Amino acid sequence: MSTLAPSQTHTLSVLVENRPGVLARVSALFSRRGFNIESLAVGPTEHKEISRITLVVNVEDHPLEQVTKQLNKLVNVLKIVELEPASCVRRELILVKVRADATERQHVLATLEPFGARVVDVAVDSLVIEATGETAKLEALLRVLEPFGIKELVQSGLLAVGRGSRSITDRSLRAVERAA
Amino acid sequence: MTEQGSSHRATMLTGAQALIRALEELGVDTVFGIPGGAILPAYDPMLDSKKLRHILVRHEQGAGHAATGYAQVTGKVGVCIATSGPGATNLVTPIADAYMDSVPMVAITGQVASGLIGTDGFQEADICGITMPVTKHNFLITRAEDIPRAVAEAFHIAATGRPGPVLVDIAKDALQATAPFHWPVELNLPGYRPVSKPHGKQIREAARLIAQSKRPVLYVGGGVLKARATDELLALAELTGAPVVTTLMARGAFPDSHRLHLGMPGMHGSVAAVTALQKSDLIVALGARFDDRVTGKLSSFAPDAKVVHADIDPAEISKNRAADVPIVGDCREVLTELAAAVRAEQQAGRTGDYSAWWELLEDWRTRYPLGYETVPGELAPQYVIERIGKLSGPDTIFTTGVGQHQMWAAQFISYEKPNTFLNSGGAGTMGYGVPAAMGAKAGQPDTTVWCIDGDGCFQMTNQELATCALNNIPIKIAVINNGALGMVRQWQTLFYDQRYSNTTLHSRRIPDFVKLAEAYGCVGLRCESPDQVDSVIEKAMAINDAPVVIDFVVHQDAMVWPMVPAGLSNDEILAARDQRPDFDEVE
Repeated sequence: MSTLAPSQTHTLSVLVENRPGVLARVSALFSRRGFNIESLAVGPTEHKEISRITLVVNVEDHPLEQVTKQLNKLVNVLKIVELEPASCVRRELILVKVRADATERQHVLATLEPFGARVVDVAVDSLVIEATGETAKLEALLRVLEPFGIKELVQSGLLAVGRGSRSITDRSLRAVERAA
Repeated sequence: MTEQGSSHRATMLTGAQALIRALEELGVDTVFGIPGGAILPAYDPMLDSKKLRHILVRHEQGAGHAATGYAQVTGKVGVCIATSGPGATNLVTPIADAYMDSVPMVAITGQVASGLIGTDGFQEADICGITMPVTKHNFLITRAEDIPRAVAEAFHIAATGRPGPVLVDIAKDALQATAPFHWPVELNLPGYRPVSKPHGKQIREAARLIAQSKRPVLYVGGGVLKARATDELLALAELTGAPVVTTLMARGAFPDSHRLHLGMPGMHGSVAAVTALQKSDLIVALGARFDDRVTGKLSSFAPDAKVVHADIDPAEISKNRAADVPIVGDCREVLTELAAAVRAEQQAGRTGDYSAWWELLEDWRTRYPLGYETVPGELAPQYVIERIGKLSGPDTIFTTGVGQHQMWAAQFISYEKPNTFLNSGGAGTMGYGVPAAMGAKAGQPDTTVWCIDGDGCFQMTNQELATCALNNIPIKIAVINNGALGMVRQWQTLFYDQRYSNTTLHSRRIPDFVKLAEAYGCVGLRCESPDQVDSVIEKAMAINDAPVVIDFVVHQDAMVWPMVPAGLSNDEILAARDQRPDFDEVE
């Protein structure tokens, strides 16, 4: 997890045409311009022609503007929106496999409750736990699970959506429909 | 698109036929390329085309640079064709070159059949992946019906906005399959919206700064040539009376003979041009990108200047130097509107007074003119280049390789007209000169085309002499032969204690360039002393039915001056070796 100042963390929602190779173009642009992607999540949107890439990058404002402009030049990129933490909902998903035999299982289950995490697989000596939330909450959960022994951890990229009724996809969809 | 309704009436064509038809429909008349297995289907219908002239080159790199040379002198999109694998990878250098210098080019490559893609098939290379960072966009086409639209979109992307190379990679089975051919095609580019019209408020702000400024400079880059905006530039310059500097990519954008022109800025720019930028209070950047070869050490570049930055690519603005007035737009529209806004300022009684500035500029220009030393008994390379420029005249198109001869060609030839100086500015591609000259001559067959080349550069791409000799492309090549990689040697002289590691190319005429020229069906001439220079140039100019190569055997230790050593501030410019200009009267 990041140790840089929070002001340098930026969450970008990038709407792209749903075509082969677009993710490679976006991620390659970051690496060749010297930017590190902290987190990446890609998936379909409510419009089948459009995919949405959520990126978390750690850069200062000036270089961020430069990378945003470079991203905008990619022909398959439709729109880029920076989501401010205060005005968006942000979630990550983790699946964590914890060592837990019969004697410890109850202790593990007790720690999950305040985090709203749940067990999705039970074995004789382990549990798989699913949790969603903001980065800080998931970090806290992992800290309390650590003593039991984390055998495996898998984590999604951050997803984010703006609060309120406005949608960032509307206008981009119109452009796609016009062109199609 | 309403394909269902019209498909039964449309002509059925193979993908290969559709490719050739699309190129014809787009107005392409000349393509440069080499066939091979994967692209072979496309070469069959090409044989029947009455509109396309295919020039068979000897190396794909030659096809790529020829396409860019052709593009720059015609204003059209240059086209090169290669097969898959090594054919395609040989295009990477000219594609990267076109990307750095914003030249509109479409590269068409064959790809292995779609079923083989990803299997490491014979002559397979992921050319889309390889060229992703050096193309404006690229396409991998695996269906015949997608070919016309991809080609049309490639041409549109290459030619509009900030021009650049686009690659269309077509699988062999897509070339062989049959599909209905529709033309024209509707473009499907929802994410591509270049802005060409500048913002009125920013234009007015720029005009206000120009009127207020005491020490302005118009810093002109290649974007002015790309936008075909040289008339508009002349109008603005004369309206304001501000000095003009033209970058390496913009030589010819403003007449060298014009009194407002201070020459080229940058590492090997004139003292007046470099210093004008450095001491200015307002830089009006027009289609220029504050490249490190222009700014020197960026943090100390033009410390007192406000910056108006006009460029069609928003990503260039404030990339290296923060702009006070950013203007996104096509240079022609920007210059037209800026001139109108300046006129409005002047009518309101606000006209810039640059008289004190011009006194300084004239002083620098007079005291530090471009010049060179001659060594008795030796042929000065600068003299050769200067004489070619003088004798050939302002209508000539010049191309160069990269290195000392390129800088001297930028310095000692007077450019009066746009697109008469083609060189590899951003990428610095040695070997650009000969194929670019070939492409330029193919595009402008009635114009004299000279390639000023170095002996190092010439040996990288001179196989295209065969192409020129066989296709009636009579270019003229001046090999400025100092027997060394001259620019690298210059740096070894200045910064590496004259330890000449691996920069000596030959001392025994290996190869003999006259014999080499003759072997390729060209006329070979040699010149070894100053008194022969004019006569050999005139002899070359009298030959118009064959390419001519002149081996100018020049002084090995000539150096390019002025120079701002790499990484230093432009304040540290040396007018000549160990000679710092004296700017005391400025302070």
